Amino acid sequence: MSHHPTRERGKLKVFLSYAAGAGKTYQMLEEAQNLKKRNVDVVIGYFEPHGRKDTIAKTEGLEIVRRKTMEYRGSKFEEMDVDAILRRSPAVCIVDEFAHTNVPGSERTKRWEDVMTLLDAGIDVQTTMNLQHIESLNDQIRQITGVQVRETVPDWVIKQADEVVMVDVTPEALINRLKRGVVYESAKAAQALENFFREQSLVALRELTLRQAAHEVEVRHEIPRTNDRLLIHITDEPRTAMLIRRGRRVADYLGAECFAVYVSDTGDVASLPDSERESVERHLNFARNLRIETLILHGQNAAATLVDFARRERITQIFLLRPEKKRLGVSRSGVITSQILRLAPDMQVTIVADRTAKP
Amino acid sequence: MDKDPKRDPERLLQQIQREEARQKRGRLKVFLGYASGVGKSAKMLDEGRRRRQRGEDVVVGAIQPKSTPEIDRLLATHEIIPTLKTAGRDVIDIKRILQRHPKVVLIDGLAYDNPPGSHHAHRWQEIEELLKANISVVTSINLQYIGEMQDEVAAITGKRPAETVPLAFLKRANDIEIVDAPAAEEQSSRLREMALLVAAEVVESELRDYLTAHHIEENWGIQERILVGITPRSDARPILESGKRNADRFHCDLLVAYVKQKELSPVDDAALHRNLEIAREFGATTHVLEGTDPVRVLIDFARKQNITQIFIGHSHRHGWWHRLRGNPVDRLIELANGIDVRVFPQRLMT
Repeated sequence: MSHHPTRERGKLKVFLSYAAGAGKTYQMLEEAQNLKKRNVDVVIGYFEPHGRKDTIAKTEGLEIVRRKTMEYRGSKFEEMDVDAILRRSPAVCIVDEFAHTNVPGSERTKRWEDVMTLLDAGIDVQTTMNLQHIESLNDQIRQITGVQVRETVPDWVIKQADEVVMVDVTPEALINRLKRGVVYESAKAAQALENFFREQSLVALRELTLRQAAHEVEVRHEIPRTNDRLLIHITDEPRTAMLIRRGRRVADYLGAECFAVYVSDTGDVASLPDSERESVERHLNFARNLRIETLILHGQNAAATLVDFARRERITQIFLLRPEKKRLGVSRSGVITSQILRLAPDMQVTIVADRTAKP
Repeated sequence: MDKDPKRDPERLLQQIQREEARQKRGRLKVFLGYASGVGKSAKMLDEGRRRRQRGEDVVVGAIQPKSTPEIDRLLATHEIIPTLKTAGRDVIDIKRILQRHPKVVLIDGLAYDNPPGSHHAHRWQEIEELLKANISVVTSINLQYIGEMQDEVAAITGKRPAETVPLAFLKRANDIEIVDAPAAEEQSSRLREMALLVAAEVVESELRDYLTAHHIEENWGIQERILVGITPRSDARPILESGKRNADRFHCDLLVAYVKQKELSPVDDAALHRNLEIAREFGATTHVLEGTDPVRVLIDFARKQNITQIFIGHSHRHGWWHRLRGNPVDRLIELANGIDVRVFPQRLMT
């Protein structure tokens, strides 16, 4: 599709911050202006003005590729026009809001997938996102803010960025901007101040963003060498998603390989009752989306099968859920956790905290 | 809910005193970068411009010798009280600034030393004076000039600047903001990472103060903290090694705790001290705890210390006593809600 089939893959730069109004888009556009001054062929592929005057002023003189209008359930939506950008084929494309989910019926579900298409065509992309959109942090973000973020980007996508730059602002300045109505109109602002924009939440998110940015810098200049191999036990329990996120995050920090395994007594997920099957499949898919290798093992005894596999595959750490106390005894995965601790005194076993609940 | 109060009265008092002192003090804001040329000056001057637009009385008290067209453009919008050249050094004109008494003064470059014989040896001490006079200061600094970072920076760059500012001064700032930019080489990448982590550390203490002052008992585990629990008989070295490696990877603190037991045999006592020695070699802080229920004591300590991961050895004890009270590892897991528990293999050492 590209006019430059031999072009190298484009470079991705992410402006990362911890809340709306931090100035990501502003900084990105400022850089676009500098590029234009240096005669780099830069266009805006998607820009969300949110009615912010300072930011809108920064687009002046920059070429904007017209958005595509889509219809869904009788309403009109505007999305980035990837085909038009590919035809225009600029050197650099500015794409706001990396974590955005496209309206149903779009060619790709997520904007980050659109961005991958642009990169594949050799177009450099600069984009913006907030910390709370990083998939592996989803549970912790909910703990801090009380908000379950739905629009997430898998960690491996961010790892593909050539540069992640932190856009910093103090929570106080952010709250002031919000109160002055720079970020949202007033009704939305009042609501935001009670949720995401509580001061302690902002301070916490900011610290987490600084640490994430430091981590992103580190993995780009020094890839940790390790023989660690993590194994995550998949079950139908809802807390499994949290277990997968934590396992993924620890694996990334340790530079470890990561596997996720479901043990079936028939060797096949299809024969499970519907609700159980759906949960297991959802968890396996979720793990795959986070680039974790998944396997389904056949065995009558889940604990023994898992431990055998771990020994055979030189797994160094097994990740399990905390046994959950139920009214009648302990949950099934809890029983398995206790069994594995008995069966595998020769292995490292990590029992992961429930990060979705308050301790 | 955690019943253990994290409200340390002494800390709370300090916090209140600090708040009171701040009301008559100017506010200090610091822009931190990992190198010159990342855009600190421009950000600072731009902030000054925006504050003036909002009606604040802003002057510039010091500028950097190196300039760019963008900085010149921003400077042109400001009132400047030039620095004085004294014995070949740029010294801020503190008398004139105090006389002029603006609401905010922008001082580009925090880590300057004054010539010998000056009233204050360092520029940061003069800034302290301005703050006391209820003048707010916005200033900038490079990571290289933070006193406590000298060894780490020198290990990367081979250079050790003569002029430094204590980290404590930055931690007392009301606001610290990182100015981040891509780094071309590995060396500057390392400095960049360090600058981000320093800022994270400053924000961490800000968060603790905020939570304490507002009686919020939350541990969101934003900063990982690893606690290794050892016993005289545990095969501690591999656990400590792993603890050290993990602490390095997460850039976090490593704590090692032992719950005191009665009547240790000389052999056990020696083994314990060896393990505590290894822990200290690995840079861990060691803690000897007391109490009748070791599992409970360890968990209480972990909560007080905002631990996110506990590392312990597998338990091999399955005697009648443990059947009665439960296997200690199982109990630890049960009680450790909110904390990851990593259980390590143990050679049998009986």
